[in-house]
Amino acid sequence: MTELVETSSAPALSLGRRLEIVPIVLFAAFAAAPLLAMLSGAEGYVLSLLTRVMIFGIAAMSLDLILGYGALVSFGHAAFFGLGGYAVGILASHGIEEALIQVPVALAASALFALVTGAISLRTKGVYFIMITLAFGQMLYFLATSLAAYGGDDGMTLASRSLLAGSTALENDFALYGFCLLCLFGVYAFSRSLVVSRFGRVLRGTRENALRMEAIGFEPFRYQLTAYVISGMMAGLAGCLLANQAEFVSPAFMTWQRSGELIFMVVLGGLGSLHGAIIGAAAFLLLEEFLPEILHMTSFFLAEETRSHLAENWKMVFGPLLILIVLFVRGGIMGLLRRPRHG
Amino acid sequence: MTATLLFVQVLNGLQFGLILFLIAAGLTLVFGVMDFINLAHGVQYMVGAYLVAAFSAWTGSFGWALLLALPTALAFGLLLEALIFRHLYDRDHLDQVLATFGVILFLNQGVKFVWGAAPLSVPVPELLAGSVEIASGLLYPVYRLAIIAAGLAVAAVLYVLVNHTRVGMLVRAGASNAPMVSALGVNIQRLFMVVFGFGAMLAGFAGAMVAPILSVEPGMGDNILILAFVVIVIGGIGSIRGAFLAALLIGLVDTVGRTFAPNLLRLVLDPAAASQTGRAVAPMLIYIFMAAVLFFRPSGLFPVKR
Repeated sequence: MTELVETSSAPALSLGRRLEIVPIVLFAAFAAAPLLAMLSGAEGYVLSLLTRVMIFGIAAMSLDLILGYGALVSFGHAAFFGLGGYAVGILASHGIEEALIQVPVALAASALFALVTGAISLRTKGVYFIMITLAFGQMLYFLATSLAAYGGDDGMTLASRSLLAGSTALENDFALYGFCLLCLFGVYAFSRSLVVSRFGRVLRGTRENALRMEAIGFEPFRYQLTAYVISGMMAGLAGCLLANQAEFVSPAFMTWQRSGELIFMVVLGGLGSLHGAIIGAAAFLLLEEFLPEILHMTSFFLAEETRSHLAENWKMVFGPLLILIVLFVRGGIMGLLRRPRHG
Repeated sequence: MTATLLFVQVLNGLQFGLILFLIAAGLTLVFGVMDFINLAHGVQYMVGAYLVAAFSAWTGSFGWALLLALPTALAFGLLLEALIFRHLYDRDHLDQVLATFGVILFLNQGVKFVWGAAPLSVPVPELLAGSVEIASGLLYPVYRLAIIAAGLAVAAVLYVLVNHTRVGMLVRAGASNAPMVSALGVNIQRLFMVVFGFGAMLAGFAGAMVAPILSVEPGMGDNILILAFVVIVIGGIGSIRGAFLAALLIGLVDTVGRTFAPNLLRLVLDPAAASQTGRAVAPMLIYIFMAAVLFFRPSGLFPVKR
């Protein structure tokens, strides 16, 4: 059986090797960006935007792990974002600002939440799975809005960023950027090794046909649940980072729209390639950030009033753009990159 | 005192549940018959409310506004179907979710563009203004009773349509096995269109009915959409009967729960803690309820698909 898998996946692997250039370029770009930011003159702005891109990249990648490799559409993934953020916020408000304590607590909380909700959600299939994960996400959202001691609806501002082994290094934007890049790379490397491992192959098997996997002696539930827990922990880590980047935590971290955005990032980038999710997150956030200005610039032939009107209502362009992408760009951005090579 | 409060809350819950049913009915049919996840169903509710606001400002009468809004909502639904949704039926659920998410973004911004970001208000029609005394010393707004009556009437009409007409029979058959219906020589494309337009009109009707008691604003459909999904999932996708029962259950659990969760908790906790946890638990109740239903019945209360 192992041989069969090897032979059938061989062409995909050689194609994959050719595509390795994409993650290398991607990480090189992230590594070079701070230098360019220094030259641009608006380094604070550029750094914070790119830090957000990397953080959402981690979250989107965590979703890709279960969505792209396990076909589990979690519509409540933003809940883990919130768990990570609130772990940082709540511990900080009690005077524990050490990241080496906050992050493990956040990971443990995410793992526990994923274990309990995953065990229940995985009883259901397809659309019911989408809805039950949404339900759990909403529960956590409403729980957060009712935490009056921790800001309730309004959320809470962090007094400072987390300490890293006692030092205040993360206060520096460059250091936070570097730390996020390190996390992104670590999570990416871990996920890559996970999906090519035996575990990853079983997971992909359950994506294709859970019944057959069962017939050859695997229990899909255990593999899916493990993947769900790992994915939740990764998203929890992203939540910790986002809280530090924004120095603010609020229930808005885990609205269902945020979960929807995460799904969109993964699909936009291309399912089941991990770095596709990072590219999707980057494309989404940069588009959201710059579309108003792009619209303003490209409509130079219109009257000034109309131009600012257009820039203000950029979502009326963003929405149709989304629809067009879904209708005409199958396989997301990674699909576009792959296509010419297929001929 | 508590008994009258409970009674009023039950009425409110019933009204909320029936509004939810109007939205969920279309959603569950579209989902059940076409296997199409339409996130944009919530904005059709919003469009209904905006249409009634615009038409009632123009004609000065809620009745005329409603009469004009319904066919417009229907036409709008059919337009969306022809322009976008038709191309998504054979795509997987993920594509459908994303494309309809794009429709939400566009329309939420679109109504802001046309009518401004400020909430609009629609006056309660004069005929239905004021309150009636439904029990000694208990006043209840007539308009809310009218919503309940309208909701029940639509439910009855739907029951007859779905269970005792030829189109209804095709819809039920489509919900349990669409390819088979198509193989038997039914024009499934046209059936889809009818179902879709009808669902859009029902959602628009719900929006129109609540326009006088809620503020009409961009994004008003987003949260109710999620509730409508909760309803159809609890009821079993494609089942009108399930949607009806689940909508009433959700309406009652939500409305009554918000009032009485703190009171009930007071029996076991001290008052301050009870009101704190009560406020935390109340909005979660429907989701806890849904998770519990799916735990015991993973495909809803009345599964249609076999």
